Amino acid sequence: MRRSLLQSVLLYACVVLVALFTAGPLLWLVTMSISAPTDLTEVPLRWIPSEVDFSRYQTLLDLNDGSGERFLSALRNSILTAGGATLLALLLAVPAAYSFSRRNASMVLLFAFLATIMMPPITYILPLYSTFSSLGMLNKTLTLIVVYTAMLLPFATWLMKSNIDVLPIEVEQAAFMEGASTAYTIREVVLPLALPAIAATAMLSFLVAWDEFFYALIFTNDLSAKTLPVAIADFSAGRVTDYGVIATVGVMATLPPAILAICFQKFIVSGLVAGSVKG
Amino acid sequence: MTSLGRLLFGSAMATLAMAQAASAETKLNALFMSQAAYSEADIKAMTEKFEAANPGVSVDLEFVPYEALHDKIVAASGAGDDGYDVVLFDVIWPAEFATRGFLTDVTDRIPADYTEQVFDGAWTTVEYGGKRYGMPWILDTKYLFYNEEILSKAGISAPPKTWNELADQARTIKAKGVLEYPLVWSWSQSEAMICDFTTLTAANNGKFFEEGAPVFTVGGAKDAVSFMKATLDEGLTNPASREYFEEDVRRVFSNGEAAFALNWTYMNALANDPAESKVAGKVKVAPAPGVDGKSVASSVNGSMGLGIPSNSPHADEAWAYISFLTQKEIQEDYSKLSLPIWKASYDNPKVTEGQEDLIAAAKQSISVMYPRPLVPSYTEVSDILQKNIHEVLLGQADVDAALAAASDRVKRIR
Amino acid sequence: MLGRRQLREKWFLLAPAMAVLALITLMPLANTFWLSFTDTRISALPTPTHFIGLENYIYALTDPDFQDALFRTLYFTVVSVGLEGVIGVAIAVLLNQQFKGRTLLRALIILPWAVPTIVNAVAWRLIYHPDYGALNSMLYQLGFISDYRSWIGDPMTAMHMVILADMWKNFPLVAYVALAALQTVPGDLLKAAAVEGASPWKRFWSITLPWIAGPLMVVMVLRTIEAFRVFDIVYVMTGGGPADSTKTASFYVYQEYFNYLRSGSGASYAVLVAGISAVMILGYYAAARRQSQGGAA
Repeated sequence: MRRSLLQSVLLYACVVLVALFTAGPLLWLVTMSISAPTDLTEVPLRWIPSEVDFSRYQTLLDLNDGSGERFLSALRNSILTAGGATLLALLLAVPAAYSFSRRNASMVLLFAFLATIMMPPITYILPLYSTFSSLGMLNKTLTLIVVYTAMLLPFATWLMKSNIDVLPIEVEQAAFMEGASTAYTIREVVLPLALPAIAATAMLSFLVAWDEFFYALIFTNDLSAKTLPVAIADFSAGRVTDYGVIATVGVMATLPPAILAICFQKFIVSGLVAGSVKG
Repeated sequence: MTSLGRLLFGSAMATLAMAQAASAETKLNALFMSQAAYSEADIKAMTEKFEAANPGVSVDLEFVPYEALHDKIVAASGAGDDGYDVVLFDVIWPAEFATRGFLTDVTDRIPADYTEQVFDGAWTTVEYGGKRYGMPWILDTKYLFYNEEILSKAGISAPPKTWNELADQARTIKAKGVLEYPLVWSWSQSEAMICDFTTLTAANNGKFFEEGAPVFTVGGAKDAVSFMKATLDEGLTNPASREYFEEDVRRVFSNGEAAFALNWTYMNALANDPAESKVAGKVKVAPAPGVDGKSVASSVNGSMGLGIPSNSPHADEAWAYISFLTQKEIQEDYSKLSLPIWKASYDNPKVTEGQEDLIAAAKQSISVMYPRPLVPSYTEVSDILQKNIHEVLLGQADVDAALAAASDRVKRIR
Repeated sequence: MLGRRQLREKWFLLAPAMAVLALITLMPLANTFWLSFTDTRISALPTPTHFIGLENYIYALTDPDFQDALFRTLYFTVVSVGLEGVIGVAIAVLLNQQFKGRTLLRALIILPWAVPTIVNAVAWRLIYHPDYGALNSMLYQLGFISDYRSWIGDPMTAMHMVILADMWKNFPLVAYVALAALQTVPGDLLKAAAVEGASPWKRFWSITLPWIAGPLMVVMVLRTIEAFRVFDIVYVMTGGGPADSTKTASFYVYQEYFNYLRSGSGASYAVLVAGISAVMILGYYAAARRQSQGGAA
């Protein structure tokens, strides 16, 4: 379809507006991270740094520096925790979703799954704390993985279920005819077809786990298990607060999920939606 | 079992227990906060000295933001043996912690002669119901910081002795166009605001509670809120104070954008540090002023203590660690960021050197340190006061109505 | 028809997920439910607890402050999720057009979603800073305001500022789902409508929107659940202030448990939050069913 000049102008105006709204805060975060501290307290602000200063990044990436060690170990813990929880949640969610979708497991049960995440997460903290402390499991990445898995499961199951719903059932039936087991069919027939859905579910789960703050704050004590959100709270709590440092940690904490999101963009698009387009 | 058998068995067990105690390394879990007056590096250094002096005992340090300190102590109270052995606690918590049995009563562990040697205000930090639940460690209060250069530009030669005088000087500074807003405070809806409110209440001889009932609707407490509101209405107080915390106060003051500020001890070193401040060298510190006929100076008790959670299995070692950190010599070694609890330290040149005016102010302020309400439900009382006073400062309610609403709400606390 | 083997499989496949949920969330959940009918307090001393029936619920529901908090949370949820929906769909429609730089914009759009909530909250708190914030500086330099002003320190604007920050992070998810759904709208259906003379606006309302409603619902449900229990962003950005104007229901749950140590009453607050959330989700579900039945007919 051809557009009139007016339409084109309007379209590109919208594009610019959206781009500014989305990128503005991010660009500012990056600018703060490379500005000199005095630039950040000018009135009105100096938008372009008087000098570009990458020293905060150097500090954060230096294992021999106190704050670098703090940041890098938090980064490692976050990757392990969010990655582990995502993997485990998917491993459990796929069979459950298949059961809801193809074995007529009750929708009431699915709703009960979802109900567990409607509760304010704060209510789970104290009972879980006593349980894990009596098992000697506090301050462990594994503990966070298990807790996050439970947190991710309900939505992951629902998203996978609505995706499996629309897969053509005929292929599975053919496999069963040939005597394949259910486990084999799920692995060899359903999974390949549901790959975009799995990628989308994984991405969503990873981000939710990467984000989590309050459990991590209460359940972890030191560098061996503290995750990035907790480290960020620590960084911004110190008495001598340089806005630039906070911005730098923020940029660095955003990078891993941002890279993942851009890489998996295509999958996310098809995976998030395939399930639900059934009219 | 025969009595001989029991004896043999008993002594065998005792030997075993002793052998274990001798061989096993005791590990203490200690909880501190990242904004403590002492820096993390200082606390680590003190701890290394303790470990060197006490072979067989090691300490795991954990630093959390102040906001998380209370939550972590509460969560760990149900942790059995796996919780903390030493915790840093705020002056406003002992009443609650004692009633809930979170902290060990250490009254009998404290040598009798300490009572005289340590400031009374410091002891209030750890006492409830006549018992002591730890040793005071960080002795802190809010001082009046002023920018000498701004005062002299406005033709003012001496800092204010009373709050009214302070308001007058602020008017002069504003009238002469030196500064738009001469005063800056930490009046966000937070504990920081309650500390300023308490200072002003103390200056006005006000009271929070009498025989368990709230009385902050009248007298000094009401005068305090009225004063706060009046400085806003007159444009003497920076209106953004209503969303400031202590760090914002420090930044505004260090940028030379305020003549007067109320803040904790830590600001003294930082506001005089050229790397952190544009007004280094022009900053003076004094006790917060008083009110004519009522007080000569005012201050709030913002101290913190070290205690032993009741579920700690290593109370003896924990007490040894606490005694080490709070001893006079250690506190004097690290007195640039936090002042000692010991009266004698304030005449020791090691402590006074380079911060003479702070020490002079401290001597006066510490003697008049006023506690925030010492009630087990303090956190809730404070939240109620915060909300209602904030409504006054934001012009949503008048002083009488807001304080009456707060008082009614406090009476409904379950 | 399910055979006996398949029936057994149904539970076998569900078992691992259910086991994890039972251990980690269901037990505490049941415990919370029970606590909400008692006067339990957090204490290291042996304290008797009593069954007190509905007393906690009555106290919570008659507490004007908590009522305010519930309405505030509802407001946050409706405005925040509503805006995310409208802006998300609008941006998806835009991204579905042909224009130069489309691939780049699509990649850019997903970035806010990757920003962790804590970072988002801290970043926007700096942007809203009354003295050194980017928002004040920008509006001042563009001439929209003549004086710097308070954003999260003013009860009139604070909640909207939190909503803006929350929306900025979460609209990409909605936009992406909507975009994906838009790509499945059959072109000939739209063409046929155009031939019949339906305006673009009418085509959007009667064909496109119903078509993408299903997928949108999934993401709106997720966002509604998350928004109604919102805590982290408020905790970091405003701490509930000024004058309680951003204190959400979850904040009350947090206070009851961790600040006032009343786990019994805290539990009742939590059950109320979850209950209202469940009602909203069931509402979505019912609406979606009605729609899909109406749409199919």
